Amino acid sequence: MSPRPGFVLEVDRSTPKTLFWNGERFALEQLPEGSRVLYAPEPLAPLEDPIAAIRSALEHPTGDSEPLSAQLRAGMSLTVCFDDISLPLPPMEAPDVRQLVIEQVLDMAAAAGVDDVVLIAALALHRRMTEPELRHALGNRIYDAFAPHGLLTQHDAEDRDNLIDLGQTDQGEEVELNKRAATSDLLVYVNINLVAMDGGHKSVATGLASYKSLRHHHNPKTMVHSRSFMDAPASELHTANWRMGRHIADSGVKVFQIETTLNTDTFPSNFAFLQKREWEWSLRDRATFTATKAALDRTPNRVTRQIFHSIKSPYAMTSVQAGEVEAVHDVTTAKVWEQQGVTIEGQSDILTMGLPYICPYNVNSIMNPILVACLGLGYFFNMYRGKPLVREGGVLIMRHPTPWDFHPGHHPSYIDFFEQVLSQTTDPVEMSKTYEEPFATDPWYIHLYRTGHAYHGVHPFYMWYWCAHALNHLGRVIVVGGDPGAVRRMGFSPATTLDDALEMARDVVGPSPTLTHLHSPPILMADVQ
Amino acid sequence: MKTLIFERSLPRFAAARLVSAFGSGRGAGVGPLRLVEADAPTLPSVDWHRVHPLLSGICGSDLATLDGRSSRYFEDLVSFPFVPGHEVVGTLEAPATSADGGPLAEGSRVVLEPVLGCAARALVPPCPSCTAGRTGDCENVAFGHLRPGLQTGFCADTGGGWSVAGLVAHHSQLHPVPEDLSDEDAVTIEPVACAVHAALGAGVREGDSVAVLGAGTLGLVVTAALSHLAATGRCEPPSSLLVGARYHHQAQLAESFGATEALPPDQLPRAVRRRSRSLALGAPSTGSQRLTGGADVVFDCVGSADSISQSLAMVRPRGRVALVGMPGRVHVDLAALWHREIALVGSYAYGIERVLGVEEPARTFDLAIEVAAAARTGRLVSATYSLDRFEEALAHAGAAGRRGAVKIAFDLRPTAATITKGRAP
Repeated sequence: MSPRPGFVLEVDRSTPKTLFWNGERFALEQLPEGSRVLYAPEPLAPLEDPIAAIRSALEHPTGDSEPLSAQLRAGMSLTVCFDDISLPLPPMEAPDVRQLVIEQVLDMAAAAGVDDVVLIAALALHRRMTEPELRHALGNRIYDAFAPHGLLTQHDAEDRDNLIDLGQTDQGEEVELNKRAATSDLLVYVNINLVAMDGGHKSVATGLASYKSLRHHHNPKTMVHSRSFMDAPASELHTANWRMGRHIADSGVKVFQIETTLNTDTFPSNFAFLQKREWEWSLRDRATFTATKAALDRTPNRVTRQIFHSIKSPYAMTSVQAGEVEAVHDVTTAKVWEQQGVTIEGQSDILTMGLPYICPYNVNSIMNPILVACLGLGYFFNMYRGKPLVREGGVLIMRHPTPWDFHPGHHPSYIDFFEQVLSQTTDPVEMSKTYEEPFATDPWYIHLYRTGHAYHGVHPFYMWYWCAHALNHLGRVIVVGGDPGAVRRMGFSPATTLDDALEMARDVVGPSPTLTHLHSPPILMADVQ
Repeated sequence: MKTLIFERSLPRFAAARLVSAFGSGRGAGVGPLRLVEADAPTLPSVDWHRVHPLLSGICGSDLATLDGRSSRYFEDLVSFPFVPGHEVVGTLEAPATSADGGPLAEGSRVVLEPVLGCAARALVPPCPSCTAGRTGDCENVAFGHLRPGLQTGFCADTGGGWSVAGLVAHHSQLHPVPEDLSDEDAVTIEPVACAVHAALGAGVREGDSVAVLGAGTLGLVVTAALSHLAATGRCEPPSSLLVGARYHHQAQLAESFGATEALPPDQLPRAVRRRSRSLALGAPSTGSQRLTGGADVVFDCVGSADSISQSLAMVRPRGRVALVGMPGRVHVDLAALWHREIALVGSYAYGIERVLGVEEPARTFDLAIEVAAAARTGRLVSATYSLDRFEEALAHAGAAGRRGAVKIAFDLRPTAATITKGRAP
């Protein structure tokens, strides 16, 4: 039986309560009658033989590209770059897709006699991965073969000796990239395209760039005109990256792009109820949910965090394509939408969502308030094509504990940003003018980014800019169950219960609002007609 | 007439120390402070005048004394029994001359410069410090015709501000209060004078980054003084003035007094680090980081072991820490002070000051009156109490920050029977 597509449920009297993610916990909420609930499509069937599919993609490339084997020769320099810890979410069960793909690439390189091979984690301004994280992404065989010889590296956007200036685009955007990657005879980039936003020219132009380059598209003006991030033609972020990507190609950098897509089989069997629609829960699902919720509610946050961050997703690969960047990405994007797209008619006054414990920037870490905002307003809000799920001036209600808690090793500049920037302004434009540059060039943050496992000093700004479109669009943001101080610091309104939040929302959108609930994860993207 | 008197009583002293462990000021009822009926002290000489207090503030040093927490260093510098109260605005019972020699009419409002230096003690010739105008450094505060007492409010012969009967003051201690200053503004002049002295003595240079640790009365008036003096060209302007304020109302006041930024004390080192663009040592998660660079000047307006340690951790090498809050016996690791050649400098009282671009020295109290008028420091007086409610007043003062207050004072004006200003949550 083929998997069922996504579904829009209209809540009526017989509809059971709806599951809301609530950080590392869950809540069941009774949505008002007439509300619409978006459910993700069921997982597509995985590739039967992923290795064969990878080899086929490498040998039968998409677009104007020679097969990989034809591009490999003895004496050449080959750099294989790969997505970092931010993908996929949650991290997938071993073997990770990156391992499967890179093993095939390396086998081909070895067969061709290529011995100058370097692997680079394309961090951009993200934190460096730890050894266990690298081992998980690449497998022990690759790690042990490359890391001890210094041939497995992580992009360092502050290593002036290892960056190369490739000039400017026709729009005056400076392009500065990882020197080893840009000067290799061939740059192979291995993507995990979890959502439609990932991949394409963004992989190299962002993942291997420096602050000098990134600031041209990671800024409030670009972000507010990215509607949405998931719809590249309508995304200024992508337009800028595409300009840069083409400039990179014109500069002589030869990129062989490999993109992979995953299905929505997100949670292991002990969390099977998370993959199902509530009215289809079996007795076993109900019992599991009840027991899980009760246990989590009685468990300290530190422990629940450990539990959830140990989850490995049973994701399976649904496609792999390789070759010329844009042609590959077109195929990938279609595949992502095939898996995640849900069509829905019209916008609503209120959009509700339960936010989970993880976002791209807190893997094995703490979901601090800025990341809560980014996940809700930057990511979930932007999970649309066409127009947002909520009308302009509408209300976003998200559920998350939003603790005033930060990982000091991973997010040191976030702490200062939260305490000293958000206390002064929540306006992305104003903060970019006044505070961004000092944070971006702060020697302490740079030191921690380069030598520890800290996100770059400017990263919290980018998280806030990520929210810019939603902040512009919405009339109010309400956080249910959040730390009131943290919620208010961000300019949002705290509410104790969903009913309270709905009452508060009515003050903004009127007494009889329409409501849509984004039932995610598993990830879904709304095609709003 | 009603007077609060502090007697030497070891059992009561021990009881106060015990009870104050549950909160500063809470040991007033069992401690050596008693409300008695007493007359005003006799005038020591014709140079002395009787002052009837209108408002008399409760200072951190008063609380430390009442709590039994003050250093034994002071034992030889006070005489018992004494009437506390050295932050005083009052009226003159008879005509007098002021510290600058001007005439003062009967009933004039005056503020008291409480240091009992050589002039008040009729010591001729005066000590080198008093000769130089640095009365706060007087070497004779335990000598002369008065019994020991570094200030009015700690001397058995002068009385103090916590008395309806009044106190006696040498004319060198009297400063007229301008008409446009409220009693509340005036009662803050003495702490403002301490702040002026600290601000001008700290050697702040143009472009310096300055941090103020603590936003009780002292921290706030240091902020006000430094901002006003820099704005009026009397000292060099810092590039930033960061204030560590534990409570929201303190932060609001600090910013209204000119702080660049007021933030919780645990955030202050991070803000200093960011502004000074320095690195840090120590794991971020331990909370015991110290900066490699840091602020040029730190005003420690708390005076505890923690605040001194924090000040040393966030001042730059060869920077200066001005210790404005009164410390006692503290345990502090001074390795950073040695290694980074930090100047840890005490800042006490007042006298005369050298101000930028002016040849003639200025009296600290004259500058303080100007600052109090410009900044309206009377805003800091959050609540006033009559003397017979001294236990409540002291408990309120001991928990001022937590209770949304800053300065608590005794109201000795004839009409005052209950709290007349603010609220006592």
